[in-house]
Amino acid sequence: MNGSIGGAFACVVQRDLLLALRRRADALNTLAFFIIVVSLFPLGVGAEPALLRAIAPGVVWVAALLASMLALQRLFAGDHADGTLEQIVLAPQPLGLIVGAKVAAHWLVSGLPLVIVAPLLGLQFGLPAESLGVLMLSLAIGTPTLGLIGAIGAALTLGLRGGGVLVSLLVLPLYIPVLIFGAGAVEAGASGVGAGAHLSLLGAFLVAALFFAPWATSIALRISLE
Amino acid sequence: MAINWFKYAAPNTFYPLAGRMAPWFFGAAAVLTAIGLYIGFFVAPTDAQQGEAYRIIFIHVPAAWMSMFVYVVMAFWAAIGLAFNTRLSSMMATALAPTGALMTFIALWTGALWGKPTWGTWWVWDARLTSELILLFLYIGFIALQAAIDEPRRADRAGAVLALVGVVNVPIIYFSVQWWNTLHQGASVNLTKSPNMAATMLWGMLIMALAFWMYAIGAALIRVRAIILERERAVDWVRELPEAAR
Repeated sequence: MNGSIGGAFACVVQRDLLLALRRRADALNTLAFFIIVVSLFPLGVGAEPALLRAIAPGVVWVAALLASMLALQRLFAGDHADGTLEQIVLAPQPLGLIVGAKVAAHWLVSGLPLVIVAPLLGLQFGLPAESLGVLMLSLAIGTPTLGLIGAIGAALTLGLRGGGVLVSLLVLPLYIPVLIFGAGAVEAGASGVGAGAHLSLLGAFLVAALFFAPWATSIALRISLE
Repeated sequence: MAINWFKYAAPNTFYPLAGRMAPWFFGAAAVLTAIGLYIGFFVAPTDAQQGEAYRIIFIHVPAAWMSMFVYVVMAFWAAIGLAFNTRLSSMMATALAPTGALMTFIALWTGALWGKPTWGTWWVWDARLTSELILLFLYIGFIALQAAIDEPRRADRAGAVLALVGVVNVPIIYFSVQWWNTLHQGASVNLTKSPNMAATMLWGMLIMALAFWMYAIGAALIRVRAIILERERAVDWVRELPEAAR
């Protein structure tokens, strides 16, 4: 069990979830941040229903981008501080796999809550029911991609001073395609064009990120740790 | 006659070579700029639709070309540095980044100056403008990451990973922005449907592009010399340089 590839994956996911469970506030902070940022927009731009409905997909998506970017700090920082990360890098299992497991656990803790809460925020902005479904689906496909891309940035900035601001500089430009097609899916769905094409592209981004990002992240981790 | 290309892969042999080459590149840049601007301002005819304002393309278009090209060259040198562990390649990538960022900035700035009289606005969220802006962000990210890491080797390699991730993403970003643009905007400004360009305009632009190339190479060489000095300051050959003997 311990030596097998699947075993290692499950073991890392289980461990990270357990750690997150012991420190629930961290995950809840990300969620609270997401909700607060979205709630600020009506206060900033005015409470006109038509305007709010028009900007809702973009606002929710930008907030999701920022929330998952802020959560990136926790991906490797704890393991880096207590030396676990060095043991992980030395482990016989492929590093890319373990990185994938860490990102998966990270998404379950910080990404999935955003997906679940998003329809509620959509309702506040007056989105129709079918748009809420598309919004949830686009976030469900898009946020894992954000986590995977962000892992590269988190690994590169490991242990640097001012890592938080730096990671946003590195990662946010790379998030732009996901933002475009994530928010675009909701708008295309609402305008009657159909969200299928956008969701397919988001799926394609996810597959490409699944393939390349753990690899790039493991290279970045080795660079940061040597 | 076999030339030993690897001879100049070492910083201590490249440093004097770069010092000897840089003035030539700057000289060529100055001459070509003079010719290009002369063609641009005095020879090229006034554009029928845009009047005299179009003449900024002699700066704008070469800068935009260079901004994209320099990123690819930078990623290339970064990749070589990462793959073969050659110090000079990574230094070259670091040296190119500010020039690339400068070119991107010039392209955006002159674009705004051109947009105001032609389109009546400083900025539109056109696909090209937006992806150029994102390119500037990518340059800034690369420079910021390298600046945040104190240890040069880690900075080189981390920057290389970022540059490579960026270069994979640039086409994706470009096409995403293009599609987003067609979804959001009606037919406002069409950049691609340019009127047939006079041959003199094209020549002026090509000569200016060559001038920008020469400037970019010269600036990168000067900057790489500074980086070499900074990193190798404790090494004997640097201490024995005539410039160090003050």
